[in-house]
Amino acid sequence: MSRKSRGFNRVLMALIFLFLYAPIFVLIVFSFNDSSSRTVWQGFTLRWYEELVRDRAITSALWTTLLVSLLATVIATAAGTMAAVGLFHMKKRWRRPLMTVNSIPMTNADIVTGVSLCLLFVAFFAGWADFARWINAVQGLVRLPVRLHMGFGTLLIAHITFNIPYVILNVSPKLRQMDKNLVDAAQDLGCTWLQAFRKVVLPEIKPGIVSGALIAFTMSVDDFVISYFTAGSGTSTLAMVVYGMTKRRISPKINAVSTLLFITVLALLVVVNVREARQEQLADQRKL
Amino acid sequence: MKKTFAMLLALTMVLTLCLTGCGDSGGGGERTVNVCGWGENIDPELIDRFEQETGIQVNYQTAESNETMYALIKQGGTDYDVIVPSDYMIGQMIAEGMLAELNYDNIPNFSLIGEAYKNLSYDPENKYTVPYTWGTLGIIYNPDMVGGDIDSWGALFDQAYAGQVGMIGNPRDAIGAALLYLGYSVNTTDEAEIRQACQLIADAKAAGVYQGFFMDQLYDKMEAGETAVCTYYAGDFLSMYANNPALRFVVPKEGSNWFVDAMCVLKDAEHKEEAEAWINFICETESCLANMDYIWYASPNAEALEQYPAYYQEQNGEALDQELYAIMAAPAEVLERCEPYLNLPADTLALYTDLWVDLGIS
Amino acid sequence: MKNKRALFAVPYVGWMALFVVAPIVMVVLYAFTAASGGFTLENFARIGGYAVVFTRSFQLALIATVICLLIGYPVAYMISREGPRFQRVAMMLVMLPMWMNFLLRTYSWMSILENTGLLNRFFSAIGLFSLINRLFGVQLEYFPMINTQGAVVLGMVYNYLPFMILPIYSVIEKLDSSLLEAARDLGANSLGVFRKVILPLSLPGVLSGVTMVFVPSVSTFAISKLLGGSNELLLGDLIEQYFVGTSYNPYLGSAVALVMMVIVVVCMAVMNRFGEGEEQAVML
Repeated sequence: MSRKSRGFNRVLMALIFLFLYAPIFVLIVFSFNDSSSRTVWQGFTLRWYEELVRDRAITSALWTTLLVSLLATVIATAAGTMAAVGLFHMKKRWRRPLMTVNSIPMTNADIVTGVSLCLLFVAFFAGWADFARWINAVQGLVRLPVRLHMGFGTLLIAHITFNIPYVILNVSPKLRQMDKNLVDAAQDLGCTWLQAFRKVVLPEIKPGIVSGALIAFTMSVDDFVISYFTAGSGTSTLAMVVYGMTKRRISPKINAVSTLLFITVLALLVVVNVREARQEQLADQRKL
Repeated sequence: MKKTFAMLLALTMVLTLCLTGCGDSGGGGERTVNVCGWGENIDPELIDRFEQETGIQVNYQTAESNETMYALIKQGGTDYDVIVPSDYMIGQMIAEGMLAELNYDNIPNFSLIGEAYKNLSYDPENKYTVPYTWGTLGIIYNPDMVGGDIDSWGALFDQAYAGQVGMIGNPRDAIGAALLYLGYSVNTTDEAEIRQACQLIADAKAAGVYQGFFMDQLYDKMEAGETAVCTYYAGDFLSMYANNPALRFVVPKEGSNWFVDAMCVLKDAEHKEEAEAWINFICETESCLANMDYIWYASPNAEALEQYPAYYQEQNGEALDQELYAIMAAPAEVLERCEPYLNLPADTLALYTDLWVDLGIS
Repeated sequence: MKNKRALFAVPYVGWMALFVVAPIVMVVLYAFTAASGGFTLENFARIGGYAVVFTRSFQLALIATVICLLIGYPVAYMISREGPRFQRVAMMLVMLPMWMNFLLRTYSWMSILENTGLLNRFFSAIGLFSLINRLFGVQLEYFPMINTQGAVVLGMVYNYLPFMILPIYSVIEKLDSSLLEAARDLGANSLGVFRKVILPLSLPGVLSGVTMVFVPSVSTFAISKLLGGSNELLLGDLIEQYFVGTSYNPYLGSAVALVMMVIVVVCMAVMNRFGEGEEQAVML
């Protein structure tokens, strides 16, 4: 590629990144604005950050968001990896329809996923109430709660559900790319299948697992629509608090919390990247 | 793999516990009450004070409009105990058997409520509700932007204000304003009249009068001078006025709606006792005063209403502007022109719903 | 042996049956239920009246998808031509915005696009409006940008562009470089290499990118609320309104959701015809 066209490309890319980051830049700048205005700059302040710590709704929503994303990622990654291994060993006749079902949560509109899960939960709760009443009536040992409602549990189920497909989609290709003889060789050398899996398969598919987990976590943090329909009234993620605020006025406190989150992620990604780069360098050196 | 599987199993169990645990909060050591009201409609310090005084945790949530609150409850899966809907929605909820009768022995402060706010049409025997706030619907406008004064609902449909009007985003108030402009009752059940009112809105929309259909976003838009004219509630005007003193409020000459928002307890509420304790606390004169000062909505507590100007002076070190007080607690001659919303029969409600969706489509 | 390992998928299959298939069955059930209970087809009959909303939503989503593709493909391609270090940083920068809540980013666009927003302030500060007014003899005080369909499309493009770049990039990046060399050796110029080799081979990425942009665009409700001023309902708004909004009717809402789902599935199926094969593009 000629140097000129490369320069042109870079300018184009810079413009796209400007487009992607302009609103974020605005958000960050206005988290330091000494007034609640969204468009007029009135001096530098840190008071939104101070108030942020005291805001119960925001801090608890932040906590909920991180907790649900983390739990959902861990569970979905474990379950998704296991499922990918299972699917990989399945006959094509079975795998095909399952992969179609697997793609439903990804291709389905968020709002349909959210609404349908909500309908399911409500129907389940109604059935459960009858069941619990019956159980409580026929025996006195265990008392089952009659009324269930949506909350953290349903939110977590929803997040796991839409996360699993992303993990599978990232792990499956790595399994396919893997040299099948490796496992056989390991087993020939006396490994049990489980050992072979741990020592041979897992390292091979690790990049897929990691990127699957990363995407799952990103999706969880970014999700609003599905949470909105499945979290019930008592649990709020950050996105839901923000949505509630967009309908009134956004407090710069929200800008502040997003700025903090953004900087944390940025720092994390930089650390990960530097580490990876260093490892690659080491690997290159070893090759030499 | 076994380890992973065991971990998964454990997590599933934790999950189930989470799910069932939620339904069991009544038995636990911590007492809670789940309240659902409007955004920016309570002094947050009241929540802290109530928690300190009673040890009951308050979980305060907000809904956007009466219709949204209704949908959330109907859909199931919510766990509200106390809700604070407006009059007409309360009527509908009582008719549909969604509310619990209150035990007024637990709410001694109910006696402080002014007689004018008891036994209203939505709850004629006053078995279900305790009033929270009241006020009027009016037009809020920015004289600098519209270049003059406004005194008629016509402003919401006038092409002279094209691109400057923020229409209200709930069917009852929007269609109500149109009905008033046309000289009909806000409680009409005549299909032709309602259709005519909707047509008025649709025409104005087609002519580009509206920037959009908004609810609480209007705070921001009016204060920033983004929107010049809107219709909203008196108390909210005062909040906007505090940030942008150029704004004006008017109860149009055609008359308007006067509303009461009241606290009710849902029929299947898990924390009824705590809910009643909360309602009683909110009715205290001191709570009402603090709330009035924070949200600028008039309280139905007779004592609080009387003491408010003095309280304001004490809190803010300056006398309360009588004009502003008249907006907050509209005097009799204004209320004469105003009509409360009544619960409409089911087929009229269905008509409202359909026409409202059509408005969004057109 | 082989089948035994397939058992690892069993918990997952159970989970999917419970939380993916069953909910959709619920939607179908609701769609055929009358508000009073009992079977009905009336919900679907009423959908006819919403044809405008359907066409509008699909139209806007299509425009947004095309724009995303036109921007996203070149960007993905250009990134893949850079050195590994640049690539890694660039992809990180593409993913990073997703960490800031999408509602907030959209809201931020509101501040930028409003009549009294940052962009209009900027234009008036540099004297653009007085210039235009003098040139054309008009009384322009601001560019009306907010509360228009254009703003809604912009919101869609902005929010979903990363979903287009990621899968395309991941496919192009994995292309066998020896394949490209072979094509060049056989006499293809760079345009030829692109058209005959890169483009066809990157099609799976394009397809999954298109899906990942089109589907959320067609069903969005927050974007149209914030940037479109709820002036013109989109499908997402309609569904939201029926479930938790001003016109509670989950039965009709389910019917709308079901019809939308079917149309989307059909669109995707037709599209996937072009990109045969079970292999799906992976995002990273």
